Amino acid sequence: MSLLETVEHAVKGPVWDCRMCGQCVLHDTGLTCPMTCPKTLRNGPCGGVRPDGTCEVKPEMRCVWVKAYARADRIPVWGDHIHDLRPPVDNRLKGTSSWRNLLSGRDKETPAGWAAGDVAP
Amino acid sequence: MSRLERKLTAGEFVVTAEMPTIDGGGFPEIQRQLAPMKAWVDAVNATDNPAAHAHASPLAVSIALKACGVEPVMQLACRDRNRLNLQAEIVGAAMHGIENISCMTGDDVVAGDEPETRRVFDLDSPQLIAVAEGLRNGRYLSGRVLEPAPHLFIGAVENPGAPPYEHRVARAEKKAGAGARFLQLQISFTPDRLEAFMAGAVASGLAARCALIPSILIVRSALALKFVDDKVAGIEVPPELIARAEAAADQQLECFEIACELADHARSLPGVAGLHFISFRKDAGIAKLCQRLGIKPRAERDQPHGNSPALAV
Repeated sequence: MSLLETVEHAVKGPVWDCRMCGQCVLHDTGLTCPMTCPKTLRNGPCGGVRPDGTCEVKPEMRCVWVKAYARADRIPVWGDHIHDLRPPVDNRLKGTSSWRNLLSGRDKETPAGWAAGDVAP
Repeated sequence: MSRLERKLTAGEFVVTAEMPTIDGGGFPEIQRQLAPMKAWVDAVNATDNPAAHAHASPLAVSIALKACGVEPVMQLACRDRNRLNLQAEIVGAAMHGIENISCMTGDDVVAGDEPETRRVFDLDSPQLIAVAEGLRNGRYLSGRVLEPAPHLFIGAVENPGAPPYEHRVARAEKKAGAGARFLQLQISFTPDRLEAFMAGAVASGLAARCALIPSILIVRSALALKFVDDKVAGIEVPPELIARAEAAADQQLECFEIACELADHARSLPGVAGLHFISFRKDAGIAKLCQRLGIKPRAERDQPHGNSPALAV
């Protein structure tokens, strides 16, 4: 891990339990890290959320997406982004700095066949 | 074009059912399981390791269903498969003329009998829908051309009965936006939740562009209702419903009555495009329920009647 990764993890780890996926979407998901979902779901909750809003897998944990929606409602700037379709994770970026990937645009690169929102009739 | 696609596009009410899981027994077992429901259904779901228990694969079962003259809906769950495998299964299914695909996240491995399994979840369900939509448009996720493009009718699932309730329509909208043209809704024993979801889906326009199909579970005892409440993730059975089944002189009859009431309520809701029945016993539960609801066998329903409003999906 280079210095930048070490610093990023030191900052985001304690606050958001950052998993260093290298393609941060915190600002789109109510400042809740979707990689902390045991199923690593980046586009909303699964169907297994318990009636009290806790996780199917870890009953002691509040569902990441229950938190995300509640927080997104309170964020004036990026609140609507939660409804965007986020692309599949690029597994090559794991462990790299999402700050560097954001500045370079690398975190926005998607496979050529990924065309979210481009639904043919 | 699959029967399911043709009927849902034409706004005709559809009946689908869940294929019980298949382990051994081959085609005779498939035929035995199909016998009580075959005449009533438009399509049957081939499940993908439901509740994280390994069974015969959905592609194998879908091929067998077709061979038995039943239209399959092939489920694909993200839990056990990475993106390469998911695409391979869809393209392989299309090679066998299987067009109906239902994309889902999948119950977690902790729900199964091999909880030590490694989770995959390389894609989530909205991403899987978008990838399937890409295949339908003639390209793999990589961009590599797939020619001729397979004809697919892509669907998914949604659970109106699990939190965050107020955001379930938005999640369903995301799936429709990614390419889902039908959504089979999780079993619900809470009619008010289903009603609220359907009202939201009609208000947002979702129900007009994506066929919404609630699921009805037929059980035979109060114990089974308790099991579903305790063990099945995302399904809540109200205590008063369990108490009602417990207090009945004939629990099987009472559970059937409960299923009838839930089905009758579900199909009365605006925007509902059909019903999906689940009965884990090799009994005539699905046929009896259809008869009780006045739903005719498929061959009779297929006679021209032209009394359904058109639904654009």
